[in-house]
Amino acid sequence: MMIMAKLKRDDILKLAQLARLDLTEAEITEFADELSEILQYVEQLQSVDMADLKPTNQVTGLTNVTRKDEPVDYGYAPKDLLKNVPTVQDDLIKVKRIIA
Amino acid sequence: MADQWLPIADLVTAVQAKKTTAADLVERSLAALAAQQDYQAIIVTLADRARERARQIDAEIANGKKVGRLAGVPFIAKDNFLVFGAETTAASNILKGFSAPYQATVIERLEAEGAICVAKANLDAFGHGASTENSDFFTTKNPHDTTRVPGGSSGGSATAVVLNMAPFALGTDTGGSSRQPASFSGCVGYKPTYGLMSRSGIVAMASSTDTVGTLARSVSDAALVIDVMAGPDAWDATTIERQENYQDLSTDLKGKKIGIIKEWMGEGLADNVKERIEAAVAKLQAAGATVTEVSLPSLPLALAVYYILVPAEISSNLSRYDGQRYGYSDASAKDLEASYRKSREVGFGKEAKRRIMIGTYVLSSGYYDAYYKKAQTVRTKLINEFNAAFKDYDFLLGPVAPTTAFALGAHKDPLQMYLCDVMTVAASMVGCPAISIPAGTSEKLPVGLQLMAPQRADKELLALAHQTEELLV
Repeated sequence: MMIMAKLKRDDILKLAQLARLDLTEAEITEFADELSEILQYVEQLQSVDMADLKPTNQVTGLTNVTRKDEPVDYGYAPKDLLKNVPTVQDDLIKVKRIIA
Repeated sequence: MADQWLPIADLVTAVQAKKTTAADLVERSLAALAAQQDYQAIIVTLADRARERARQIDAEIANGKKVGRLAGVPFIAKDNFLVFGAETTAASNILKGFSAPYQATVIERLEAEGAICVAKANLDAFGHGASTENSDFFTTKNPHDTTRVPGGSSGGSATAVVLNMAPFALGTDTGGSSRQPASFSGCVGYKPTYGLMSRSGIVAMASSTDTVGTLARSVSDAALVIDVMAGPDAWDATTIERQENYQDLSTDLKGKKIGIIKEWMGEGLADNVKERIEAAVAKLQAAGATVTEVSLPSLPLALAVYYILVPAEISSNLSRYDGQRYGYSDASAKDLEASYRKSREVGFGKEAKRRIMIGTYVLSSGYYDAYYKKAQTVRTKLINEFNAAFKDYDFLLGPVAPTTAFALGAHKDPLQMYLCDVMTVAASMVGCPAISIPAGTSEKLPVGLQLMAPQRADKELLALAHQTEELLV
């Protein structure tokens, strides 16, 4: 497939949108150049002969590690787990409105 | 520089025999931390907590109770380990003020044996870097030359160990983050087989290669700490069975077959590093080991594989920092979407953003096969080549990094910084254990020797490293 090695301003904005990340104007310009350079570097993989190799996802060969589907008492009260939450109301995490 | 610590086993014997106390060891560590603040190795010191733990241990000894294998031994944790009673920031602005609701499994295990966490060390934010210059707070200085970097990302941990702030420190190693600072700063840096130690309670970077690193003054000190930490954990489904007794370091170098990696000894390797590695090889040969050149032709591709897979995993792991459940939250945003975007813009430093962007790109629709899947397939190729090499050789050997510690600010270009990882990422990609041990100095700067073993041969690797270390002293 065609690889787009040179990222433009619009590409950066699209990626930032996908990543839920606002960028400053300076970052947009900088990242367009830097990301293009990094992607050009990793493109050396495109010419590698893969023959019939399969991708590796897990290196030690573990598969389907599961635990019993039972409740576990971690010994924490809800308030312990909520202590880092920016805005709490009635032991619930409060967020901004979803539809502006 | 503060006085050198005795070997950890000797410290513990002295505490148990009441020749010294846990309180004395903690005070000595706190004094060394206070006296060497200029190196900026530490984000926070846990003096009150450490003194309280020392009092408890000394009281147990006074009452004739049996104490643990690390009783009274101070240590420093990289600030991406969750520790009770301290903030865990991962050196990032977005986690500033985060107070751990639970502790990392390995911290629990060390504390259960009586070790005492005295401080949290600086790092490249979230582990993204090779110099600590990507810390959102400040840059740690090399213990041998304050105009140079200590390596990274566990640069604070390495500097702290070399300056005797504590007998050992924990780091993490995702692509070399414990081995490379050990090489640059002059201590032992260990990366275990993937899954040997639990990552529960450690700030995630790249889950398919994240490991717990150990930084210590000697291989035997590291082996004791590893012996306490290793083994399965219900809170980390990737953990594997451990071997018995990592502290048994007896082995005979005679007849050991060691492959010196051809691809790392040629172009791109600084002459002064090459000299130290060749000198180490000569000593190994004189001690009866067979060291011959081995080629792993796909090794030059490992860095490209790493810088696709790791940013992909980072972009996924850092998606949890959304400004809603913990971490920095931007109060000015009008709706949820804007709150996500603004909190992440302000909270993340430039390198985290850069890696999130790369990761998002290589995972995005239309590019997944060309980048991510391709990299996973080249990863298979690398694994096959390592497996083939380990049929002929017991261990592999090479440098840790192409150069000695570089000057602060030397690598302004992100790709140049990534290239520093060229010799450490392979072990991370294939999941095998690897260690950096001091192999002398060049113009006062340390050079590390990297040794690698097949997966699950951590005990054999530690034994080899211990014997090699004795030759290089």
